Order: sequence, then structure tokens, then C-alpha cells
Amino acid sequence: MSVEKSSSLGKDAWLRLRANRMAMISLFILMGIILVSLIGPAISPYAYDQQNLDRVFEGPGKDHIFGTDNLGRDLFARTTYGGRISLAVGLLATLVSLVIGVSYGMFSGYTGGRVDAWMMRAVDVLYALPFTIFVILLMVIFGRNFLLLFLAIGAVEWLTMARITRAQTMNLKRSEFIEAARALGYSHGRILFRHLLPNLIGPIIVYATLTVPAVMLLEAVLSFLGLGVQAPMSSWGSLIKEGAEKMDAAPWLLFFPGMFFCLSLFALNFLGDGLRDALDPKSSKD
Amino acid sequence: MRTELTSHKFHPLIAWVGCLCVAWFLQGCSRPSNVETALDENILHFGLGAEPQHLDPHLATSVAAHNILSALLEGLVSEHPETLKPVPGVAHRWEKLEEGKTYLFYLRDNALWSNGDPVTAHDFVYSFRRILNPNLGAQYASMLHPLKNAKLYHEGKKTWEEAKVGAEAIDNYTLKITLEHPIPYFLELLNHYSWFPVHRPTLEKFDAFEKMGTPWTKPGNFVGNGPFQLVEHQINSVIAAGKNKHYWDASSVRLEGIRFYPIESVDTEERAYRAGFLHLTQSVSADRIDYLKEKYPEELYFEPYLGTYFYRFNLKSPPFDDLRVRQAFSLAIDRQRLVEKVLKGGQTPANTFTPPGTGGFYPQPQFLYDPKKARRLLDSYLSEKGLERLPPIELTYNTSEGHKKVAEALHGMWNEALGVEIRLFNMEWKVFLSTISKGEFSLARAGWIGDYVDPHTFLHMWRSGEGLNMTGWANASYDQALKLGETSNSEQERWKNFQICEDLLAKDFPVLPLYFYVHLTLRHPTVRGWYPTLLDHHPYKYVYLQKEEAP
Amino acid sequence: MKKFVLSRVLQAIPTLWVIATLTFFMTRFAPGGPFDAEKAIPQEIKVKLESHFGLDRPLFDQYLLYLKNLLRGDLGPSFKYPGWEVSELIATAFPVSLTLGVLSLGIALLIGIPAGIIAALRKNTWLDYLPMSLSMAGICLPTFVLGPLLIYIFSTQLGLFPPLGWYGPADWVLPSFTLGLFYAAYVARLTRAGMLETLQQDYVRTARAKGASPWQVVTKHALRGGLLPVVTYLGPAFAGLISGSFIIESIFFIPGLGKFFVTAAFNRDYTMVLGTVLFYAALIILLNLLVDLLQAWLDPKARQAQ
Repeated sequence: MSVEKSSSLGKDAWLRLRANRMAMISLFILMGIILVSLIGPAISPYAYDQQNLDRVFEGPGKDHIFGTDNLGRDLFARTTYGGRISLAVGLLATLVSLVIGVSYGMFSGYTGGRVDAWMMRAVDVLYALPFTIFVILLMVIFGRNFLLLFLAIGAVEWLTMARITRAQTMNLKRSEFIEAARALGYSHGRILFRHLLPNLIGPIIVYATLTVPAVMLLEAVLSFLGLGVQAPMSSWGSLIKEGAEKMDAAPWLLFFPGMFFCLSLFALNFLGDGLRDALDPKSSKD
Repeated sequence: MRTELTSHKFHPLIAWVGCLCVAWFLQGCSRPSNVETALDENILHFGLGAEPQHLDPHLATSVAAHNILSALLEGLVSEHPETLKPVPGVAHRWEKLEEGKTYLFYLRDNALWSNGDPVTAHDFVYSFRRILNPNLGAQYASMLHPLKNAKLYHEGKKTWEEAKVGAEAIDNYTLKITLEHPIPYFLELLNHYSWFPVHRPTLEKFDAFEKMGTPWTKPGNFVGNGPFQLVEHQINSVIAAGKNKHYWDASSVRLEGIRFYPIESVDTEERAYRAGFLHLTQSVSADRIDYLKEKYPEELYFEPYLGTYFYRFNLKSPPFDDLRVRQAFSLAIDRQRLVEKVLKGGQTPANTFTPPGTGGFYPQPQFLYDPKKARRLLDSYLSEKGLERLPPIELTYNTSEGHKKVAEALHGMWNEALGVEIRLFNMEWKVFLSTISKGEFSLARAGWIGDYVDPHTFLHMWRSGEGLNMTGWANASYDQALKLGETSNSEQERWKNFQICEDLLAKDFPVLPLYFYVHLTLRHPTVRGWYPTLLDHHPYKYVYLQKEEAP
Repeated sequence: MKKFVLSRVLQAIPTLWVIATLTFFMTRFAPGGPFDAEKAIPQEIKVKLESHFGLDRPLFDQYLLYLKNLLRGDLGPSFKYPGWEVSELIATAFPVSLTLGVLSLGIALLIGIPAGIIAALRKNTWLDYLPMSLSMAGICLPTFVLGPLLIYIFSTQLGLFPPLGWYGPADWVLPSFTLGLFYAAYVARLTRAGMLETLQQDYVRTARAKGASPWQVVTKHALRGGLLPVVTYLGPAFAGLISGSFIIESIFFIPGLGKFFVTAAFNRDYTMVLGTVLFYAALIILLNLLVDLLQAWLDPKARQAQ
């Protein structure tokens, strides 16, 4: 078992990741999308909120490579601008939920007993609370703060992550290698993070990559309540939602934002799979 | 081996699943659409748009409720299907006395409730008394305030007997109504559901006289006097009405029934229509108009609708406390372009607050487009205040694609003409309402649909201190002109005073009218006897279904 | 085992109480009330309305009264649909949502688990990439895109299924698939991940070394452990599924529970919010309990320990 070779773990992992063709392709695609989102609004001749009421609902063409929307705004500028917001929200909020969910779940599962029971009941409570009212109250108390977006999303998205982590922890905590580590007198912290965590990483990474699209779409729901992205700003979630309503009359409004959204999800997932393989402490045995 | 066994067992399972699928397919295919079967059954399939909150006419507050209640109940007068002018209803004739201060209604003796009981003048008095009962808490009770002394009773200052409210049953079939002052549109008012009668024994059975939310409005309990009666109500699914055989004019009712579907999503409603599930839709998504114009040119209707879409200014906080800024914001809007390029649903630009033609009143257009003047006015304000530019303006609206689109378009226009930065704030409906009524806004979206066809229904909201005003604007000359317009007996006098009101609105700009609503609907060619009306009322007893003639 | 279940049932009581309390006060502190409307109601009428629904009493008294009624199983009348009891509305809508939820879950499992197993067994081959890519489609196309798309293909174009309504089995197909495909993606990916973990466990390796066929390795040894993440995920997911989906219900015009969940909050229908939340909470607690039992059963080591 190679869990102790942590000094070279990062390097090993990177080497293994580089060997994974699918993961590398995904990494490049993801970087490409991030790059386009960063420079797209700058290189586009149109601002994301620049209207031209004489050129509404134009299909992709020479002037507007992605076409225009119901107010004659350039879809390329809007999609890439929306990418900044969606990627930032998606990745950051997922990271937050990952950190909270994994630590909570691992602690609960590892400790077990009564502490575990009540920690999980607390999760049940949070599952059940009415989300709409919760968000409205947050806004009443804190105003329309962009950080609230992360708080609101984080509050719901870490719950399942915590339950999955807990289940895996409970499954593994009776394994031989954990008992061995315990017999050796290692501290709980060390057992948790050095021994347990690397073995939990598979389902966690998978669930995290699935959380990213959920968060991006949740952002669109929250903007319904007035939290988060305000018109005329755009995000992939809101663009896709609008595009879906005009699917048969102006399909490009759904296609381009949808394509960016899908591509980044695919890339994230295959990259996640690659990362899982690369970080797997047991994979060197294969 | 186990695996082989399971794989053997698998085949019949697949066959079964296959059979089931085929059965499903066939059922899906063979089910004729509602619109097809409707021709034999004479059932109208009606897109209701939303689930009504109440089916109690004294507590109802929505368009959806009107659409159902006008099938289930009938007032003293009824409406002409094309003009909505009063025609005989429960009353077969009436007399106007004392220059319109008193009315005598003569009720027909063959008007019956759906259980066979006769409809009497006492039923109406009972109903008026109920809606005005302060303990009931009816939202639309003020619709009956024109009745003499009704307000005294409604506000709990006097009992019904003490107050001597102006509704009196002289005998079973004669009803005398006395008003506070003559109201030219009184008979039109009677077609609002707040004036509809309820069946006394039924309400007493459920102890519903001063209590809301009793089950008297459920199918099986509901007793009405309209051309149809309630037969089914499944929340969020269907409300069905069947012919009322006791209705006095049952022989001229041609539909056997109406099924109302509360489909809230416009897109779903459109799909329902296209699949032959509905005869008519409640609305059409604004973004679908171009597409539908092309695909269903004969079935897409743009009908006038008595409503104004506008923004409120908050006169209590800068910069809109200054007339010049309000004026500049209005002059910077190209309303023609807004309706043509953005809304595209045949709406008309609002250059007045009251839709032209309301009850015959044509106000002078005043809210015009002049970006140069707008710029000048704003500059004069800025230089006086020593400002470089306006601080960002918050535009508050309740979440909806349509409102967002208008707000975004105006954002563009104001930015271009005035160089102001507008920040859009959308809010969930209840938060929006509470924010606006607390006056925590600077510019807020609003809309108003007329309750009756008279300019008063629009202009009364800007009276000083009126709950709907919310702009902080108060003007004594306005209040006076409004009062004169409301009560005067001569049409000329009334229009003159209403015009004064309009002039004052255009002078002080507490409000920014944008466009007049249009009722957009898809309607199947087999639906006949259905006419465009200002209030979108369609008396169902005249509606019928007829097969399309072969071209 | 019995003791475990009993203690969880006992834990459920304070849990539900905390949920009821938090929800009660959260809804009351949210701006706007059930009677706010565009046409502002005169103050005296609002007072009447509030007294009718008992909203004029001190908040804490209302809370105690609510708890008292709750103990008697009375969820109170709905504000938004006067004349209907909250429990009555939930009872009519729940069978619809249950049917839709179970069908969707069935679809999700039937697609997701085999796809996940195959992908795990043939890791990093096209038999992995293909099912995984297909399962991603369910996430790439959110329900509000997939629903109209399926309607367009299977209803408008092919005429196989009705585009809306909930009247017979033919109506069940499109909504169940729309919802099921979304969950299938999660199930497939979590199955794959779980299987990959267990396939590397020593006891599976041992079984393999002893010469068990790949099929036996999967069904007898790996599957149980491999399903652990899916099962954990499915507890709350299934509670969500059978308590209705607002988007699906709105696209397909289905009279399910989801609509009540969403609109109750928007209408500030206090009793309805509390009723739906408590109903959902009970489902969550019950399903998480089932999941924990199932986990114990699935976990080979935990079974050995017993």
C-alpha cells in the first residue's frame, strides 16, 4: 500500500494524469473554454448588453457569429460573458460544498455513534427547510450581496456530498489498512486525511463534477428570486433557460450557450475520472 | 448455471414489456383529441391560465375566477356578446328613476337556481348584505360602495338595518336600488362578479355568510343560477361546468359543458392548443408571436384589452422628486419602437394613461418622444445640482420574462438618450409588492387592467392618498376633476373632467405610461359566437361549436 | 437491528419539531403576507382576514396552536385555496407524484446501473466513454430543455405520446423519461465510481484470484459495495422525486405535489408551506433510514461484523 508516499503523490498523480488521453483532451477543452470566456467579451465588437432593435433574432452570420437575441444583442458576447459568471459560480460554489460536505461527512462517519446520528439529523433538517423562503430571508437580512449566492448554493449542495462521504467513510473505517493505522497509534487527523480521504476520492470527485452543472442551473433559479445575476448580465443558466423557450423559432439561442455548457460538463467529468485514477492510492498496483 | 436461467427468463419479460409498449403506443395514437370529440359532445375546452383562488363570487379576485363565475352565476343584467352592453339577465327589465339615482329591477319569475329554487329579489339583497358584511372581509366589497349607505355598513359604523343600505326587495320579483349619486356606468358595474347573487340556503347550510373558505363552493355543494353548473373541480387539473337545465334561457345555451384547464405555463398552453387539447388559450408568449403568425395565421388573435402597462416614479426620493428628471425619463422613451420592435404583439404605445376609447373617452395624447428635450431637461437638472451625471437608478420589477424584456429595452433607451446608468432589480412577487407599498423604490413596473369600461377605473388610482397611488403624488385639482368626472350626468362634462385629470398626469409625471395591453390568444376555428371585447368577457350562452366548412 | 430502527424513529420526533419550528418562523419573517395583492387591501379588511386565519394573535401563540393541531394530525386549511385542507391537497396530489417518481426512478436505475457497471468493467475503453457520454446527456439537457425536446420528437413529430396531461399510462411515458434520464446520469456515474472502488478492494481481488468469472465477481462480490454511493445518493433523491417536480409538472401539466411546494412559498401560504415541508421532511427521514439499513446490508464488512 502506497499511502505513505505522499511526498511524491502529487508528482505521480500528474504523471498518471498526463498518460490519460481522455483526461488531457478534457483539460485542454476546459482551458479553452475558460480562455474564451475570459477574452471573448473583450475581443467581441459588441458589448454584452449592447442592443440593436433593428437586428433582433438574427441567426448566426458574418456580423454576429452566434446570432442575436430578442433585443438584438450579440450572443457571442453574451455567451462568453455568461461563461465567466457560470464558471466562477459553478467551480467556486462546488469547491465550497466540497470542503464543507467532505469534512462534515468524514467527521460524522468516522466518529460514529450518537454524534454521527445527530449530525445526520441536522442534515435532514437542512434538506427539508423551504429553500425559497430561506433565500428570501437571506436577502432581507444581508441585501443583494453576490457572496450570498455562494452561501445559498453552498447551503443546499453540501448535504448529499456529506451523506455520500459519510457512507464511504463508514464503509472503509473497518478496513484492514485503517485498523492497521490505528494500531500504529496514528492521530485521528492523520488517519482521516492521509489514509481515509485518498480512498474516498472516487465518488467524491464524481459527485463534485455532477454538482457543477447543478450549481450553474441553480444560479438561474436564484436569479428568479432576484439573487445573483441581474439582467442585462448573462449566465449560461439564464441563457439556456431563455433559449429553451424559443427553441423552435430561434434554435441558436439554445444551441450556443448549451454547447458551451455541455462541453464544459463533459470535459469536467472526464477530467474528474482521470483525476480519480491519478489520485487513487491503489492504482499503482494495477 | 444461474446466468443462463436468468437469461431464459428474460425473454418473456421482454415480450411482455413489448406488448405493454405497443398498447401504450396504440392508446396514445388512437385517443382522439379534445377538439375532435368536442364537436359531438359540445364541450368547450378552455385554457384558464391559472387556478382561481376562490369560486365564491364575493371573495374572488382574479380573471380566472371571472371566467368560471360568469358561467356559473348570472347578475341582474347580462352582457351583450359583442358590445358588453347590458342586456336582460335575471331582471327582464328595469327602470331608471331620479336621473339615475334609483333603479327598479323587475326580476323574471322563471329564473331558477340550479337546484330548482326560484331566484328572488331577496336573494340579491342577501348577497349584497353578505359581500358588504365587514366580518366577511371581501376584497371587492368596495365595488358596492355606490349603493346608498353601503359604506357605513361596510365600515362597521352601522348595522344593515340602521344604515338603510340602498337595496330593498319590494316583493319577490322587484328590487329597488338607491345609489349615493348617479353613476353613468352603473349597469355595466353589475356584471362584475361582486354583484352576483348567491344561494341563501346553501350558504346557510355551510355557515358561509360571514366566513370564507367553507366548502360551499365545491362541486356537489355549489348552487348557482348561471347557464352552467359546477360538476367537477380538481385543483391544478380541471374545473368542469355542465349545462344547468334549470337556467331560464337553457334552450338557447348551445354548449353542453365547459372544461377549464389551469395551465400556467404559456409554452405548455401553446402545446396543448396545438395538440388539440384546448379550443382557446388564455395567452400567448410574446416571443412566439412571429412564429405563430406564420404557422397559425387564422387562429392567432390580437384583441384589444383594457389595460395599461406603466412605471411608477417615487416622488419622495431624488432624483425623481424633480419634475425635470421624470419628464426627461418619459421623453427619452420611443414607445412606438418599444411596441414594434420589442413587444411585437400588436400593443399600442401609451401616450395617455387611460386607453383611448374607454367607454367612449378619447384623451389627447401627451406622453411623447423627444430625446433632445429630454437631454436638455436632464442637463438643466444636473447643472443646478452640480452633478456630473445621475447616480445609478434602480428599476424594480417582479420576475417575469416579459417585464425583464421591457426593462432591458428601456435600460438601453435611457442609456442612449440620457447616458444614465440603470440597474435592474427583479424580485419575487410578494417581496415586490411589499417593497413597492413601503415606497422603497425609485422606479417600479406596474400594470392595470380595467374592472369596468369607464375611464374612472384607470384614473381613480392617482387620487391623493389612494392605496394604489404609491408614488407620493397628490394633487387637489386632480381629485376634484376626478370627482366631477365620476358623478356628472353629462358625458361631455365627464370627458372634460377626465381630460383635466389626464392633463395633470402629463404635467406632473408621477407615472410613466408605456403601452396598452393586447389580449393575445389562439382560438380554434370551430369556436363560434365568440367576439373580441374590451374586458375579455365572453358570455358563454352565445358560444357554440361548429365544424369548419370545407374550403 | 430493531433497536436501531426504534432509536431512529425516536430521533425523528425532535428532528421534525426542529424543522416545523424553523419553517414556522422563517415563513413568518419573510417579507409579504398571504393577502398582499396588487390591489392593496384596505386595512380593515386585512385585519378581518388575519383574524379569520388566526394571524392576529401573538406569533408565539400561533406557533403553539400550530404545534397542538399538528399533534392531532391537523395541518390546517390552505390560505391560497380556501375551503381546502392542506392534508386534503397533499393527499390528492401525492399519488400522482408517487407514480411519476417511481417510474422515473425505475428508468434511472434501469439505464444508470447497467451503464455504470459496464463502464467500470471496461474502464477507459469506448465501452466506458460511450455509456458515460450518453448518460451525461441527461445532465447537459436540463429538464426544461429535454421535456419540450421529447415532446417535439415523440408527440409533435411522431404522434406516439400525448404532449401533456395525466389521464392514462400513455401520459406517463414522456414525463417519466424526462425526469428519469436526468437521474440516470447521476446513477450511472456514481455506480461507475463505486464499482471502481470496490473492484480494487482486497476481497474482490481475492475472489477474482480464486477464479470467479467476471460476472460472478460483479454480482456476488463487487456490486453490493459498488452500489453504496448510488444508494446514499438515492435516499434524498427519491424523496425529491416522489414529492414532485415543479418544472416537469408545469411542462406536462401534471397535477402533482411539486407545484404546491413552489407556489406555497411564493404565495406565503403559511400552512401549505409547513404542510409540504413536514411531509417532505418525513419522507427524507424515512428514506434516509431505509438507506442506512440498506447500506448496512450492502456493506460486506458491516454484515460480517454483525
